[in-house]
Amino acid sequence: MNPVDQVTGRAIPLGLANIDTDVIIAADHLKTVTRLGLGAHALESLRRVPGNVIDDPAYQGATILIAGANFGCGSSREHAVWALMDRGIMAVIAPSFSDIFSGNAFKNGMVTVVLPQPAIDRLMEVATTEPITIDLTTMTVTTPYQDRFIFDLDAFRRDCLIHGTDEIALTMENEAAIGSYEARVEALLHSPGT
Amino acid sequence: MQPHPQTLYEKIWNAHVVDRRDDGTCLIYIDRHLVHEVTSPQAFEGLRLAGRRVRRPDLTLAVPDHNLPTTVRVDADGKRIPIADPASAAQLAALEANVALFGVPYFTDRAAEQGIVHVVGPEQGFTLPGTTLVCGDSHTAAHGALGALAFGIGTSEVEHVLATQTLLLTPSKTMEVRVDGDLGPGVTAKDLILTIIGVIGAAGGAGHVIEYRGSTFEAMSIESRLTVCNMSIEAGARSGLIAPDDVTFAYLAGRPMAPSGADWDRMVSYWRTLKTDDGAHFDKRVVIDAASIEPSVTWGTSPDDVVGVSGMVPDPAAMADPVKRAAAAKALDYMGLTPGTAMTDIAVQHVFIGSCTNSRIEDLRAAAAIIGGRHVHPGIRQALIVPGSGLVKRQAEAEGLDQLFIAAGFEWREPGCSMCLGMNPDKVPPGERCASTSNRNFMGRQGPGARTHLVSPAMAAAAAINGRLSDVREMMA
Ligand code: SF4
Repeated sequence: MNPVDQVTGRAIPLGLANIDTDVIIAADHLKTVTRLGLGAHALESLRRVPGNVIDDPAYQGATILIAGANFGCGSSREHAVWALMDRGIMAVIAPSFSDIFSGNAFKNGMVTVVLPQPAIDRLMEVATTEPITIDLTTMTVTTPYQDRFIFDLDAFRRDCLIHGTDEIALTMENEAAIGSYEARVEALLHSPGT
Repeated sequence: MQPHPQTLYEKIWNAHVVDRRDDGTCLIYIDRHLVHEVTSPQAFEGLRLAGRRVRRPDLTLAVPDHNLPTTVRVDADGKRIPIADPASAAQLAALEANVALFGVPYFTDRAAEQGIVHVVGPEQGFTLPGTTLVCGDSHTAAHGALGALAFGIGTSEVEHVLATQTLLLTPSKTMEVRVDGDLGPGVTAKDLILTIIGVIGAAGGAGHVIEYRGSTFEAMSIESRLTVCNMSIEAGARSGLIAPDDVTFAYLAGRPMAPSGADWDRMVSYWRTLKTDDGAHFDKRVVIDAASIEPSVTWGTSPDDVVGVSGMVPDPAAMADPVKRAAAAKALDYMGLTPGTAMTDIAVQHVFIGSCTNSRIEDLRAAAAIIGGRHVHPGIRQALIVPGSGLVKRQAEAEGLDQLFIAAGFEWREPGCSMCLGMNPDKVPPGERCASTSNRNFMGRQGPGARTHLVSPAMAAAAAINGRLSDVREMMA
């Protein structure tokens, strides 16, 4: 994945809670064998509503999405992350995320920032007129009005994001440990059918 | 020194640590990996691009289910009928090419063993107690019914497991959900888990693995336990677990991929150690009385929007939390429902009995018992029964259930995910309403604009007969 240490830009103040992955990308669009081209269908059901905030010209080219609690709940489809990134969304700020969504986001270099509701409320307000900056080095979200919200991100994830680490290559360096684990348990846990 | 008491989750976790990092992140060995056509193509593509192989094809099992049509798959001459939708056909072709290239065991779309990944795994004995099991599908939690630590993963993690047979994970918190006592007449595992989700909330289990404990779960069949663990994700939990016991061992004995002979005996004695020690610590505890549970039904667009069937559509105005109030108002608008309407006054046009939550033989028998010789209501436009696997389908046919369903006006289909996620041609049309035994009532889940009410198989059968949501207890002889 591409390294990322900062995301800055306009943020769509969506704010809804429990945005599930069926809403982010409907099942009909999962019949693909690549990661590309899903952006056109991202958040389709919300965008069908006239006057929706996502299609508001003010937020064209936005790189950040601000949402309510439990963002990305539901299905494990990584297509949800690919669809948002294909639309240019590189970070999501919310009071909480589903575990699978934030994991998927991380693997693709998308930043998920957890902030308490009052901070979200303030950012939603600022976002209507100003850009927002997320900085992974200082772990802060800042606005042109001197707002400064500190967020938490585990050191491993932060490192991987900043360096754009290939996690599979990293794990493969542990080959010896994996092999010896297998040898240890082979006696106990047999392969299916043996 | 006494070892400190451990939960079932901790025991399985600790048995799978390959490497522990300073920050607590662990490299966890994965014993079993289920693969299907929708979330795997990009993972196999990643392997190909990086020149990597599948490390342990023998611990991997692939089967198509999500977007496979549920109409007949072979013609009168036994020849394969091509899939009409080119995108679906291409995805199935990609899976077939990938399993051939990487040597992954595979059940084809026409195999008797084909079915929904979460039905196939337990049925084949691929799922075993004490194993770690993953799949690129959030309902993987279902396999916890057999005492496996099972959870859904995204496509990047699918690729990671294919390449390394491990995942980098941080330990979850633990939650005990304790239910004791007998479920009332007409009350099933589905009603119990819907009630539990209503209590915990759709995000209440986030970051946790739930262990279901108590006499209610102990008295359940494996089929019912699968229904319970399956929907753990609907409470936001990473996974659900039930300690393996004699019911589990009896279910697994003789399954094609389960150990046998001396291996079996050795494994059973290990599996018997897989229970939470007395005095073990849970980060959260929830207690529910089985006797208090009614047949349940959802009214909104989140699985925690649940009410007993004797209840009514709630009034958002009466909700104290402004976020909940707004969400409920939006849900009712989408669902086309008015506060105060009795749930049993809500007419449905579709009935779906299927999905990895409720498509096993026990579910089909429960639906058949309610239907008896009765007929689907004229107001129902489509009533589908989609068995969870080819083996479930055969078993049902051997018991004559298919004839009973067809005579009643149901369609009897080939196995797959079907109307659970509206990815294949089985969809609920916009604005129409479905009583569904699946697990998600999200907006658009069963098709754009579709309105879903989650229920048990018996309740779905009752809705089919009456043309409206119904209290199954009134229809029991
Ligand atoms: S039946 Fe539904 S929930 Fe289960 S695996 Fe298929 S799509 Fe997922």
